[in-house]
Amino acid sequence: MSQTDTGVGRVDHRPAPGRAHPGPAAAGPPPYWTSRRRDQLTGYLFIAPQMVGSAVFVILPLILVVWYSLHEWNVLAGTFEFVGTDNYAALAEDTSLPSVLTATGLFSVGLVAFNLGLALLLAVLLNQRLRGTTLFRTLFFSPVVVSLVAWTIVWGFLLQDDGGINGLLDTVGVAGPNWLRGEGTAMVSVIVVQVFKNVGLNMVLFLAALQGVPAELYEAAEVDGASRARQFWRITVPLISPTILLTSIITVVGSLQVFAQIAVLTQGGPGTSTTVLVYYLYQQAFQFHHFGYGATLSIVLFAIVLGLTVLQWQMRKRWVHHES
Amino acid sequence: MSRELSPRAKLLLYGALLVLAVPFVFPTWWMVTSSLKPVADIFAFPPQLLPTNPRLEAYQRVFELQPFGRQYLNSLYIALVVTVGTLAVSALAGYAFARIRFRGQNVLFLVVLAGLLVPSEVTIVPLFQMFFAAGLIDTHWPLILVPILGAPSVLATFIMRQFFIALPGELEEAARVDGLGRFATFWRIALPLARPALGAVAIFTFLHSWNLYLEPIVFLSTPERFTLPQALTQFVDAYGGPMWNVQLAAASMTALPVLVVFVIAQKQFVEGLAHTGLKG
Repeated sequence: MSQTDTGVGRVDHRPAPGRAHPGPAAAGPPPYWTSRRRDQLTGYLFIAPQMVGSAVFVILPLILVVWYSLHEWNVLAGTFEFVGTDNYAALAEDTSLPSVLTATGLFSVGLVAFNLGLALLLAVLLNQRLRGTTLFRTLFFSPVVVSLVAWTIVWGFLLQDDGGINGLLDTVGVAGPNWLRGEGTAMVSVIVVQVFKNVGLNMVLFLAALQGVPAELYEAAEVDGASRARQFWRITVPLISPTILLTSIITVVGSLQVFAQIAVLTQGGPGTSTTVLVYYLYQQAFQFHHFGYGATLSIVLFAIVLGLTVLQWQMRKRWVHHES
Repeated sequence: MSRELSPRAKLLLYGALLVLAVPFVFPTWWMVTSSLKPVADIFAFPPQLLPTNPRLEAYQRVFELQPFGRQYLNSLYIALVVTVGTLAVSALAGYAFARIRFRGQNVLFLVVLAGLLVPSEVTIVPLFQMFFAAGLIDTHWPLILVPILGAPSVLATFIMRQFFIALPGELEEAARVDGLGRFATFWRIALPLARPALGAVAIFTFLHSWNLYLEPIVFLSTPERFTLPQALTQFVDAYGGPMWNVQLAAASMTALPVLVVFVIAQKQFVEGLAHTGLKG
């Protein structure tokens, strides 16, 4: 791929009549379409849809979102004017934003802790020599394939004041709270609903990692008299730490994207206690038609996602067991 | 961790697994059984784990209140088109990035990969404006084009590339010697071998499209064009309160077919998604 700087795709660069297939005994200059060049062209053609798609649906929107964030844009009023960094200044003055960021942080921290903890617990339980673990694996995984909104609706139904959960609690004499109407319980509810929906994915990833831990290590530890708990913290956790990192990145980024559950279960309430960043962005842009400010909030979201991903990737060097 | 367990430990383990399974299984059970209850029994106390007088009334109401059949078809055809489109785009690009050498390959691959860092929520505002300018609001185009060509397909391309990179080179050499061109090599040699990766990509792409919620509610406004997740939230009474049994009937019809396919092909689902598909 090195000897030419001729751009690929210039088919008419050198007229080569009747040379589509290099003739057998033709003397003279070597054919332009060497198999190497032809292969390069094929490569470009193969990636063309993806490249065009990335340009139009990823890079262009990213540029536009920055551009919009520099404008005051009200669709209803039909105004679009350049306001410089006013929208960014507005972030600082937005009295809702601190509560939105708090809700986003609470949701993310709660979700990641509960999700990873439960996923690891389930994986360890399923990694035992026991009949029927495949059945349980299927059960724990099944919500992953249930339509997200369907799952959320059922939980919304279960969490009603007179719904199934409080009904079951009542039968054992406990009066449950009105889950979705209390500030604390609403946040806990949306976290729990989301964890049970997707914890199966992380569980399966942990299970695969656990099965890669050599049994000899445990045997050796057993001989040395190490307790089960000690074995878990000293052998299992370090050896599966690359998977812990991977799942935590996926889960953190996923937690920042939560939308449907909030929209269906709480509409950001009560008050603004469950108004997370994406929901707030949606409200600003598509309910209040503040597209400029919505774009600015998009950039805040992007910065957070990017920052956390980079941060977690850096942490890899610190505490992840040396990678192969 | 897989050591022989004592009978007592086994019993404890089964107990723990059974208790833990409740929040995963009970919602689906409650969804289906409640959808069969008449409104009066929906919030009955004590809760009816099995409906005492089951009826299919709610299922009938689903189709009366919304063009639900149409909406079902919308979701189905969009998810299928997106799946086939994503497979084509990602298999071609993944193959080229893995097995063909061309100038600027690494840089172009990084450009594509950058899409992994861009959540679709970040670009929803400009995408709305772009499709608005193109006159494609309230059509299915945004729900088809963006997943196939935009950020959601990047993960698929990455998975396909990882798969093709691991393919032994001798197979292609043999094909070359036999006079097969690049496309024929891809189509007849590499692609059939890539079935596991294609299966995984197909499963998570389908689920992703089937689950989309933000995009439909942003782009669509006519009930006939709604997709299922959006339609599910529309079953409300005159006061905006949900008509629970109707909503649950619609939810059951949305969830159960996929669950059935999952139970039949659970190995492919679990392993495919575990090894390659990392999106929830």
